[in-house]
Amino acid sequence: MSASPASLSSAPAAVTAPAGLPRLLASVLPDRAMTLAEHTGLHGGLPALAQPRGRGGRATALIEELERSGLRGHGGAGFPTWMKLRAVADARRRALVVVNAVEAEPASLKDRTLTELLPQLVLDGAILAAGAIGADEVIVCVSAAAPESVNSLRAAIAEREGAPGPEGAGSPPRLRLEQMPDHYVAGEESAVVSRLNDGPARPTFRPPMPFERGVGRRPTLVNNAETLAHVALIARHGAGWFRELGPAGHPGSALVTLAGPVADPGVYEIAHGASLSSLIAAGGGTTEPLRAALIGGYAGSWIAAERLHAVALSDEHLAAHGASLGAGVVALLSEQACPVAETARVARWMADQSAGQCGPCVHGLGSLATTLEELSGGVGRGGGALPRLERLAGVVAGRGACGHPDGAVNLIVSALRCFASDFADHARHGRCERCLRESELPLPVRRPQASTTWGPGR
Amino acid sequence: MSRRLRVNPIACEAHGMCAELLPERITLDEWGYPILSEQPLEGAELQNALRAVQACPTFALILERDAGRRRD
Amino acid sequence: MSAAPLASAGPSVYWYLTRSTGAVALLLLTLAVALGVIEVQRWSTPRWPRFVVDSLHRSVSLLAMAFLAVHILTSVLDSFAPIALADAFIPFAGAYRPFWLGLGAVSFDLLLAVTVTSLLRRRLGFTGWRTIHWLTYASWPIALVHGLGTGSDVKSAWLLWLSIACAALVVAAVAARALIGWRGSGGRRGAALGAAAAFSLFLVLWLPGGPLGREWPRRSGTPASLLTGHPSASSTAAER
Repeated sequence: MSASPASLSSAPAAVTAPAGLPRLLASVLPDRAMTLAEHTGLHGGLPALAQPRGRGGRATALIEELERSGLRGHGGAGFPTWMKLRAVADARRRALVVVNAVEAEPASLKDRTLTELLPQLVLDGAILAAGAIGADEVIVCVSAAAPESVNSLRAAIAEREGAPGPEGAGSPPRLRLEQMPDHYVAGEESAVVSRLNDGPARPTFRPPMPFERGVGRRPTLVNNAETLAHVALIARHGAGWFRELGPAGHPGSALVTLAGPVADPGVYEIAHGASLSSLIAAGGGTTEPLRAALIGGYAGSWIAAERLHAVALSDEHLAAHGASLGAGVVALLSEQACPVAETARVARWMADQSAGQCGPCVHGLGSLATTLEELSGGVGRGGGALPRLERLAGVVAGRGACGHPDGAVNLIVSALRCFASDFADHARHGRCERCLRESELPLPVRRPQASTTWGPGR
Repeated sequence: MSRRLRVNPIACEAHGMCAELLPERITLDEWGYPILSEQPLEGAELQNALRAVQACPTFALILERDAGRRRD
Repeated sequence: MSAAPLASAGPSVYWYLTRSTGAVALLLLTLAVALGVIEVQRWSTPRWPRFVVDSLHRSVSLLAMAFLAVHILTSVLDSFAPIALADAFIPFAGAYRPFWLGLGAVSFDLLLAVTVTSLLRRRLGFTGWRTIHWLTYASWPIALVHGLGTGSDVKSAWLLWLSIACAALVVAAVAARALIGWRGSGGRRGAALGAAAAFSLFLVLWLPGGPLGREWPRRSGTPASLLTGHPSASSTAAER
């Protein structure tokens, strides 16, 4: 697939669908964003949105295509994308689209890659989704701590000025860029909506859900940036093409961030169901013996090294290991690291990242972190520590307004299972010599040039 | 029609009046926040549940139709 | 029954009612404030769970409003002092001790706002309701000064000691709230303690030369026709 720049034409050029991989990352340039002209030359212009027309002239055929494709969200929750679009399209009031490119997960770089290098692909997906649900506005949300993404998106939006929308959807939506504060929960769907409503970037209680009443009390479609990039390609090449990769239960490709002791850590595009071994091989192989892999991010699960050779990266396969792909993070832990100490540090980081609104989250995550720190820091006996961790985990999960405490508990419980012998040793003998090593998992204290406030309200 | 108790954890400030008024369904965790039992309420319990909902100083306790919401 | 025969026969039943219901209202409002502080500080025992304190606080407050209603109506119905119904809502416009009576109207207006917002709590939302509810801290001292300024029993021991006891209870409640509650907010605590101290000081300085001093009825604005020495006054009127 050549990437020769073509001039913008009003009629979308038909292009052949990419066979195999890469799909999203096809012809990505290593050092700058693909321009609108280059993007159009590669993928063709915006495809027409076909009949039948839904309520209010909404071209909902795309929604049916997405349903056939089986595309699920790539923000972590994995919710079927077509359902979200359908829910918003069915609403009475005029909708709007929010592109969630905030990516507050520390180890994840995929959305940053898309927004820096392939912003037009993301905008395509957003504009097509807007056409399908009858939205007149697209708000792209990105972290204030990612200046390259901010600049790249700003330029991409400027390039689209005056460009026509997809045929069959009326006038194109207004595009605007908004920056979010640099907190873990500020990337949560309802936190983004809250911030866009001039409130603080903290999660809100639901109901109402954003698709019912979101930004400006209007039905709001909130989608991850990568999800919309997939939408852009499915709209051009169809559900059948999308399903050519990956198993039937979890079709398509995905971006994953490979982190840890490998030769070439970074963002890779895989077909769902690819083996973890093949991903590590693509990443140049390990540079040190492995202890375990953390799949999904800081709300994800650990899988011990002995089982990694049998792991395939699709939700249905990972479920057997008690894990899911989540935000697409594969963080490898070397044998040199102490899993108890690493878990303790992540737990403390997650506790510090609490929005501070719900008692069980604030107190519970704090107690979990303290107990873990006693295991990895104390020199005495931590006899009651393990039962206390189990008990706290049971009390905290499900009792916050958002999924943050659930994610932290999931990580901690999975660590207790995966590293049971390490935890038992620490409970008996206190910290080990590897506890004091520097953290292998990224724990950003301060992202550069970040806004440190939550926004108005507090 | 069966109903379910639900607490808005953001509004909740751990006053604990709900647990005093409906101890068979609401217990308090070690920090004073309510743990609700999952089962739907029936008949006589509904009266006491309503009292508990009215007593909550911050309106955090809610009575919902039992529609089995999932968290998204 | 016409007013004139009553005046010469002695104080009317309305006169006694308005003074007594006023005193009871003051006592009930004092209890309501104390219960409110107990509730917000979350003090409870197994015998006195929090929902009981909450219920008591609401009941005592509503009862106080009921006594206030009687207090206002009887003061209007009583023929001795020229008090109109409007004087209960519009402060400082009356003929009888306008300033001190007017304080009662101010206090009553604030309590009306608190009562209405409390009855419509759910519509208003928690934060809006709570902001208005703080007006009770203003309404109470104004009510006390109103009672001391208009009441003709101030020099009698029972009302004086009741007022002092109520004042002491409210000052103690506010001090407890300021010292124990409000984690972190040093400015608010200081302001509350300062206000409580200032109010106590005010009472100590004002009472001897004011209501407990000489010729208070004349100085506080009792219409001249009702005072001793005026040709139309009866001897019993002078004692009021």
